[in-house]
Amino acid sequence: MLGAVASLGAWVIKQVKDLGGMALLCLRTLRWTFHLPFRPDLLLEQMERIGVRSTPVIFMTGAFTGMVFALETCYALRKFGAETMVGVTVALGMTRELGPVFTSIMITARAGSAMAAELGTMRITEQIDALAAMAVNPIKYLIVPRLLATTLMVPLLTIVSDFVGIVGGYFVGVILLRINPGAFVANIEKYTGLDDIYYGLIKAAVFGFLLALVCCYKGYNVRGGAEGVGRATTESVVMSAVVILMADYILTSLLF
Amino acid sequence: MIEIRDLHKSFGGQEVLKGVNLVIPQGQITVILGRSGAGKSVLLKHMIGLFRPDRGEILVMGKDITRMGERELMELRKRFGMLFQEGALFDSLTVAENVAFPLREHTDLPEKEVQEVVIRRLEEVGLAEAADKMPSELSGGMKKRAALARALALDPDIVLFDEPTTGLDPVVAGTIEELIIETQRHLGKTFVVITHDLKTALRISQKMALLEGGRIAIEGRPEEVLHSGHPLLEAFLKRERYGAPREEVKG
Repeated sequence: MLGAVASLGAWVIKQVKDLGGMALLCLRTLRWTFHLPFRPDLLLEQMERIGVRSTPVIFMTGAFTGMVFALETCYALRKFGAETMVGVTVALGMTRELGPVFTSIMITARAGSAMAAELGTMRITEQIDALAAMAVNPIKYLIVPRLLATTLMVPLLTIVSDFVGIVGGYFVGVILLRINPGAFVANIEKYTGLDDIYYGLIKAAVFGFLLALVCCYKGYNVRGGAEGVGRATTESVVMSAVVILMADYILTSLLF
Repeated sequence: MIEIRDLHKSFGGQEVLKGVNLVIPQGQITVILGRSGAGKSVLLKHMIGLFRPDRGEILVMGKDITRMGERELMELRKRFGMLFQEGALFDSLTVAENVAFPLREHTDLPEKEVQEVVIRRLEEVGLAEAADKMPSELSGGMKKRAALARALALDPDIVLFDEPTTGLDPVVAGTIEELIIETQRHLGKTFVVITHDLKTALRISQKMALLEGGRIAIEGRPEEVLHSGHPLLEAFLKRERYGAPREEVKG
C-alpha cells in the first residue's frame, strides 16, 4: 500500500518537474528567438528536415483518412438518404479535427522522435556542452530553429492533409460509391467556411509548438547513456500524443 | 591565469567538490590528477562556466566567472578551447567543418581564409588527410586530434583537456601526450589537463595537483607531488610498478 502511494508520489513529482522544466525551456527559447543575429540557415534546414521530408507520409495518411471517413459516413448517412452530406462531413472532419491531429501525431512519430533522439545523443556525447564551450548558445542553435520550424510546418502540412483528405473522400464517395458529384461539392461549399480551415490551422500551429517543446525538452535533458536516449525518445512520443489530444479538446472548446 | 577559491558543488545532495582551492599558472601545462568519479570533469567544466558552483569563486584573468551573465560568459569562452573526453565532434559535420565551426560562428573571415586555418590546424595535429572524413570514420586517437584542432581553431588563451589519453592504447596515448607537449611549447598558452593516468600526468605536467575527497590534496611540481608520500599516489605508483593487486580488481 505504502509502495503504491510512494510510486504515485514519485510519478506526480516527475510530471510536475517535467512541466516546470518545459515552461523554463519555453521561456528561454522565446528569449533566444529574438536575440540577434537571426539564423535563417538553421531554420530552413529544420523546415526541410521536419516539413518537406514529411510530405509523402502526410500525403498518404491524409488521403486514407479522408477515404475511410467517406466510407464510414456514407454507410451511416445512407440509412436516412443523406449521402450527399458525405462530402461536407469529410471536409469539416478533416479541416477542423483530423487534419491537424493526424498531421501533428505523424510529425511527432517521424520528426519529433528523431529530434529527441538526436538531441539526446548530442547531450550524452557532450556535443551540447561542446557548443556552449565554443561560445555558441545551445538553445539558440538547437532548440529555437526546431521549435520555430515545427510550429510553421505543421500547419502547412495540415493544408496538404486537408486537401488530399477531401480529394480522397471525393474519390470514394463519388467514384466508388456513386454519390452525385454536384451535390457532393455544393454541400462542401455551402457548409464549410474559411473559419473551419483557419481554426484547424491555429490548432495545428499550437500542436506543432507543443510537440516540438516536449520532444526538445526530453532530448535536451537526457540522462544515462544510450538507454536514457531510448527512454527519452519513447517518452517524448507518448507525452506529445497525450498533450496534443488534451490541447485539442481545450482549443476546440475555446475556438468553436 | 585561473584562480579557484573555495569551490563547492553538490549534485542531488551529494557533495562532489568540497572547497577546492587551486591556482593555475599562465603559459604552463597544469595537470589535475584524481581517481575516476573524484569530480575532475566537474571541476574542469566549472572553469569554463558549464557548471555554476554552489559556493566559491573562479577568477579567470582576474574576473570572477561565477557572477557573469550569459553574454559575458559567452565572450569569455571565445578565449577558451576545450577538448572533451570522447572528442564531442559534431557527427553531422566533416572533420574540416568541425574545425571550421568556431571560425564560422565567431569570425568574419572569408571562406578562403577559414579553409587555410582549418588546413593549418589539421596539419599541426597530423590529420590533414582526414579533413573530409566524418567523425564516425575516425579512430579514438584521430577523434582526439580532430577535437584538439577544433579547440585550437580560435587561437585560445586557455585550453582545457578532459582525459585526453583515456581509452587509447599506450602507443596512441603517447603520441597524444607528445602532441600536447609540443603544441603547448609552440603556442605558449595555458593548458589544463585532467586525467586519472599517472604516467600521462608525469610526462606532460609542469604543475600537478591531486584532487581527492573533493579537495586538492597536494599541488606543486610533478616530482614534489610524486614524492609527497600521499597514500593515493602510493596506490597509483604501486599499480604502475606491479599491476593492480587482485583485491583491487575485485573491488
